[in-house]
Amino acid sequence: MALADKDRIFTNLYGYQPWNLKEAQARGAWDNTKALIERGRDAIIDEMKASGLRGRGGAGFPTGMKWSFMPKQPPLDQAGNPKPSFLVINADESEPGSCKDREIMRHDPHLLFEGALVAGFAMGARAAYIYIRGEYIREAETLFAAREEAYAAGLLGKNACGSGYDYDVFVHRGAGAYICGEETAMIESLEGKKGQPRLKPPFPAGAGLYGCPTTVNNVESIAVAPTILRRGAAWFSSFGRENNKGTKLFQISGHVNRPCVVEEEMSIPFSELIERHCGGIRGGKDNLLAVIPGGSSVPLVPAADIWDAPMDFDGLKAVGSGLGTAAVIVMDKSTDIVRAISRISYFYKHESCGQCTPCREGTGWMWRVMERLRTGDAEVEEIDMLQQVTKQVEGHTICALGDAAAWPIQGLIKHFRPELERRIADNVREAAE
Amino acid sequence: MADRYIEPDSPELRARWGNFIWTAENAEKAKDVVSRYPEGRQRSAVMPLLDLAQRQVGAELNTQGWLPIPVMEYIAAYLDMPVIRVVEVASFYTMYNIAPIGRFHVQVCGTTPCMLRGSDDLLETCKSRGMKKGHISDDGMWSFTEVECMGNCASAPMVQINDDNYEDLTSDRLNAVLDALVRGETPKAGTQDPARHTVEPVGEPTNLAAMTTSNHDYRSEW
Repeated sequence: MALADKDRIFTNLYGYQPWNLKEAQARGAWDNTKALIERGRDAIIDEMKASGLRGRGGAGFPTGMKWSFMPKQPPLDQAGNPKPSFLVINADESEPGSCKDREIMRHDPHLLFEGALVAGFAMGARAAYIYIRGEYIREAETLFAAREEAYAAGLLGKNACGSGYDYDVFVHRGAGAYICGEETAMIESLEGKKGQPRLKPPFPAGAGLYGCPTTVNNVESIAVAPTILRRGAAWFSSFGRENNKGTKLFQISGHVNRPCVVEEEMSIPFSELIERHCGGIRGGKDNLLAVIPGGSSVPLVPAADIWDAPMDFDGLKAVGSGLGTAAVIVMDKSTDIVRAISRISYFYKHESCGQCTPCREGTGWMWRVMERLRTGDAEVEEIDMLQQVTKQVEGHTICALGDAAAWPIQGLIKHFRPELERRIADNVREAAE
Repeated sequence: MADRYIEPDSPELRARWGNFIWTAENAEKAKDVVSRYPEGRQRSAVMPLLDLAQRQVGAELNTQGWLPIPVMEYIAAYLDMPVIRVVEVASFYTMYNIAPIGRFHVQVCGTTPCMLRGSDDLLETCKSRGMKKGHISDDGMWSFTEVECMGNCASAPMVQINDDNYEDLTSDRLNAVLDALVRGETPKAGTQDPARHTVEPVGEPTNLAAMTTSNHDYRSEW
């Protein structure tokens, strides 16, 4: 059974129709949002918890629970005045393979703005900042224009939607730093600094943007909220397996016949996703080599393990990887697998913010060794040494970029060690000849 | 970390840019930008203002624009913050050009999803036209960079040139885009595959077919 079109949240995903307010409203956006708000903070959060929605930015933390961490009574500043709270929407989509938030923002931005209001109200926020990656230039222009429309129609701003709640949404453009997708780096960047992650605790819900309570959510998590509230938690949780509920935007790139972004049920088997929407693997099923199922940070999965795996958090964990952002990078047998992973290592070297030594030095070191393994210009012992170094980077940095740089290499060594050894042996033999 | 080269301060640079101020239009925009952040938090505006300044410099030079040190000093004074904090931000984020740049900044995405779909060919195409990574071509037309994932993976490989993305490229399609730019035209942005609209599976729709022809409202089917 396929997800029916009527159950898709992002009906204008492909942008065949205009994104503007009038058309978005005709599709169901901003439909009596006042009534959603009148349900009250607790009812909204309870509904979101019941829906089983897990954060769509990669980590999969339950969204309703995250919202409930925001203080019910605002903390006081030194002068005894209550501090405002903020919602920060993470639109810094930079994980290699991920390209879903872009489609939401350029083709259905009003779903995002409506979600920003509902979510912000549920957590008692004064305002939301949408932090969009700098390279999404045209997408940011759409956001600015859609925001103007929403303000002009009284949907945002003072007495938003006639609810009596004053709420602002601002758009902030980044400028080309992957690390700003990490929530505390994003907050630093919003404050006008280099995007270097903060130590936690304190967590953002206690002291985030400008030292005020802050929640950072992914674009998709926020944009699905109004539809979940309208159609009910039971509807949303009717899709996917236990603990992996809902619909999800999958982004399939690489060696499939028809790469695409598509909304599907969680837990859809990999094979079904590929056969139904992507026209199959290039050269047929037997030509599949490996898949990176959740964006560059997660370990690759060999063809045999991925084919029947359910595409959800638990199903991909069971095959030693993760759902991440559901960015599915497909590689067929023509792929130089070592180069593909080495290129990811280069990405992390380039994007390391330079704050923690294991990551700053380790990402460059790992990339250089990966490049030697690519050509076979290495000793067999260095494979184990590389494995050990990834373990020394993983878990020893402030943020997860160090982990993200380590995992793809660990996945490669785990599944393709014979290939690494073959290249070294070939190189030795060629040198002897 | 990314290697960055920052154009050093010099008397010539100072003579050229020491008197930088906002144009009337940008002065309005700058005020609007600062108003997005709470009182006393104007420093948050440093990123949008650096972008605005880069664009103003670009408009003057007819290039993508860059940020000479005196311009950064102007931003620092405008936001009442130390110059070094502005320089820190400008040198941290790769979209700020901290050295002169060409008319068109050709940024080829070379990260794995684009690599799998043939970004090597695009890099070769650029090289065969005389572009060299990190250099401005002799006629001032092109700057050329291999960049990291641009988030267009389902329509890879792609190139961003100044403000527009060109997706689903082949060597021929990229050459067509570059030729159009040389002729002073504005090539159509987005996918360069004539059979594709945006990021849908090319060919027969697998989902949302009703949306291709009308703004369908699915609520009656709930």
